[in-house]
Amino acid sequence: MAVAPGWWRRAWDHDLAWSFRRSPVTIVATLLTLACFGGAAFAPWLAPHNPFDLATLNLGDAFAPPAWIEGGQPRFVLGTDDQGRDVLSTIMHGARISLGVGLAAVAFSALLGVSLGLLCGYVGGRLDAFVMRVADIQLSFPAILIALLVDGVARVALPRETHDSIAIPVLIFSIGISGWVQYARTVRGSTLVEKNREYVQAARVIGRGPVAIMVHHVLPNVMGPVLVIGTIHIGTAIITEATLSFLGVGLPPTQPSLGTLIRVGNDFLFSGEWWITVFPGLALIVLVLSVNLLGDWLRDALNPKLR
Amino acid sequence: MLGSEALVTTLLQVHELRKYFPVKKDFFGRGTAKVHAVDGVSFSIAAGETLGLVGESGCGKSTAGKTILRLIDPTSGTIEWCGRRIEALGRAAMHPVRRELQVVFQDPYSSLNPRLRARDIVAEPLRNYESLSEAQMREHVAFLFEKVGLRADQMVRYPHEFSGGQRQRLGIARALAVRPKLIICDEPVSALDVSVQAQVINLLVDLQAEFGVSYLFVAHDLAVVEHISHRVAVMYLGKIVELTDKRSLFRNPQHPYTEALLSAVPVPDPKAKRKRIILQGDVPSPVTPPPGCRFHTRCPYAEARCRAEEPAMKEVRPGHSVACHLR
Repeated sequence: MAVAPGWWRRAWDHDLAWSFRRSPVTIVATLLTLACFGGAAFAPWLAPHNPFDLATLNLGDAFAPPAWIEGGQPRFVLGTDDQGRDVLSTIMHGARISLGVGLAAVAFSALLGVSLGLLCGYVGGRLDAFVMRVADIQLSFPAILIALLVDGVARVALPRETHDSIAIPVLIFSIGISGWVQYARTVRGSTLVEKNREYVQAARVIGRGPVAIMVHHVLPNVMGPVLVIGTIHIGTAIITEATLSFLGVGLPPTQPSLGTLIRVGNDFLFSGEWWITVFPGLALIVLVLSVNLLGDWLRDALNPKLR
Repeated sequence: MLGSEALVTTLLQVHELRKYFPVKKDFFGRGTAKVHAVDGVSFSIAAGETLGLVGESGCGKSTAGKTILRLIDPTSGTIEWCGRRIEALGRAAMHPVRRELQVVFQDPYSSLNPRLRARDIVAEPLRNYESLSEAQMREHVAFLFEKVGLRADQMVRYPHEFSGGQRQRLGIARALAVRPKLIICDEPVSALDVSVQAQVINLLVDLQAEFGVSYLFVAHDLAVVEHISHRVAVMYLGKIVELTDKRSLFRNPQHPYTEALLSAVPVPDPKAKRKRIILQGDVPSPVTPPPGCRFHTRCPYAEARCRAEEPAMKEVRPGHSVACHLR
C-alpha cells in the first residue's frame, strides 16, 4: 500500500478545495471576508485612531473630508464625523460590534434550531407537532418584526439605566430568536430520514439510549446543511442588526455598530458631509456581500446534485 | 446434528407473535385498515442452532425479526428469551437482553454510520457494555477484525472506503463484539454479489463453530438457507406454513407452497429435467388476507375446505410441522 498522503495534500485534492480553486469570485469573496473579519477583530490594534478615547478627540477636527478631497487631512483617510472621530477607525470598531453580534446571533439561532429540530425529528409525536406549529406561526411574521418585538419588550421590561449596558445581549437574543426556524426545519427533515436508517436501529440494538443516538449518530449526519444555512445567515443577521440600529432600536451611539454609524451619519447627508454615512454603508455592503457569496458557493459545492 | 431433542437449551421461544401496521387513518387518527405483517408466528431457537426463515418479499419475515429485537413492538403474542418474557420490557430492562441478542442488517451501506471510523463502529457495543481500558479495547477490536477477515490497518478507515462484503463483515464484527447468544441476520447477503455471498455465509458458519452463537437467518434465497440452516421455517403472508429440519424440507416438502418454492431454485445443469410448479396470480394483499388457508388462491390442490377453514400447524412427523389440510 502506498504511503498515506499528508493532510495538506488530501485537503488540496478534496472536492471542496477543487471547486474553490475553480471559482475566482469565491476566492475574491474569501479574501474580502478575511480582510473584513481581520480588520474588525483586530480593530483596537489596527485602527489608526481610537474613536472612543475622549482624550485624543479634538472637536477642531470635526467634519474633515476624506484625504483625497480638498481640505482633507492625510491622518484621517476617510474623513471625520461631527465629533472629530476618524471614520475609518469607527468603521473598524463598528464592524467589530456588527460581526460579533451577527456571529453570536447565528450561533444562538443554530444551537436552538438544531437542538429543537433534532429533538422533534427523533421524538416526533405531540412535541414535534407543537414546536413545528410554533415555527409555522413565527414564519408568518418577518424576521425583523420578531426582532423588533423582542427588543421592544426588553426595552419596556427593563429599567432605562440597565438597558444600554445589556443592549448587545438583548440584540443577540432578538436576532437569534427570529432565525431558529430554518435550522429546526432543515435538521428535523434530515433527522426523519436518518432515524430510519439501519445504523440508527443498530445503535438501538446495541442498547444506546435516545440521547446518545441523537448526539452521536444522528447529529453528525445532519450537520452539513446547517453549515450552509449558518454561513448565509451571518449576512442576514448583520443586516438585521444594522437595520435595527438604523431604526434606533439596536445599539446606542456609545457602542456604535455599522448600522448606528449609518444612522448618525444620515443626519449630515444633506448638509454635504456624505462620507460619514456612505463609508460605513459601503463597508456593510462589502462585508455582507462577500459573506453571502461565500455561503452561496458553499451551498453549491456541498450540493451533490450540482457536482 | 441439532434437532428437537429435549436436552438442547431453548434460547428463544416465540409464541403466536402478531404485528399489524395501521395503514389508513380516518379524520380522528384512528386506524381503519391494518397490514397483517406477522399473523400468529410460533417457533423456537436452540443454543448453537441456525433457524432459516424464508419467504418471498413482503411476507413479514423481516418484521418478525425486528419485532423479536424489539425495534418494533408486537401487537400480541409472547417472546421468551431464556425463559423470560421480553415482549413488553422497557428500555432499561431490555438493556441486558440486548447484549445477548444482536443483529446483522440487510443493507451494508445504511447500517454503518458514515461518520464513524471502522474501529469505533465495532467498539461501540463494547463501550456501551464493558468498561475496558483503551488498550484492551484496541486489542479486542483487533481480535474481532481478525475473526471477520479484515486487516488491522483498515481500523482507521471510514465505511465508504470498504466494499459491500467488507462492510457486511464490519456489521458482523459489531454484532459479535459483546459475544451474543443469538444474532438475527436480516437478509445479510441479499445485497451482495453471489461470490461475496458465499464468503460471508462461510464466515457466519465458521463463527458459529467457534463461538457457538445461534442465528435466526432471514432470507429469500433457498440455496443460501440450505447451506447455513439446521432447521427452516417457510413463511407465507404473515404465517409459518412449514417448519422442519433442513434435510426433510429439501427432500420431502409437505406444503404446496414449499414445493413451488423448491421447484424455482435454479439448478446449474442445463440438461436437468425438473417438474416446475409455476404459481398463478400474485400474493394477496396483507391488508385483507384471504379467509381459510392463505395460500388457497394460488394452490394447485385447493379444495372447498381450504377456502373456509384455516389450517393449524400439525406435526406430520416428529420435528416436521406443516399447516395444510391435505397432509
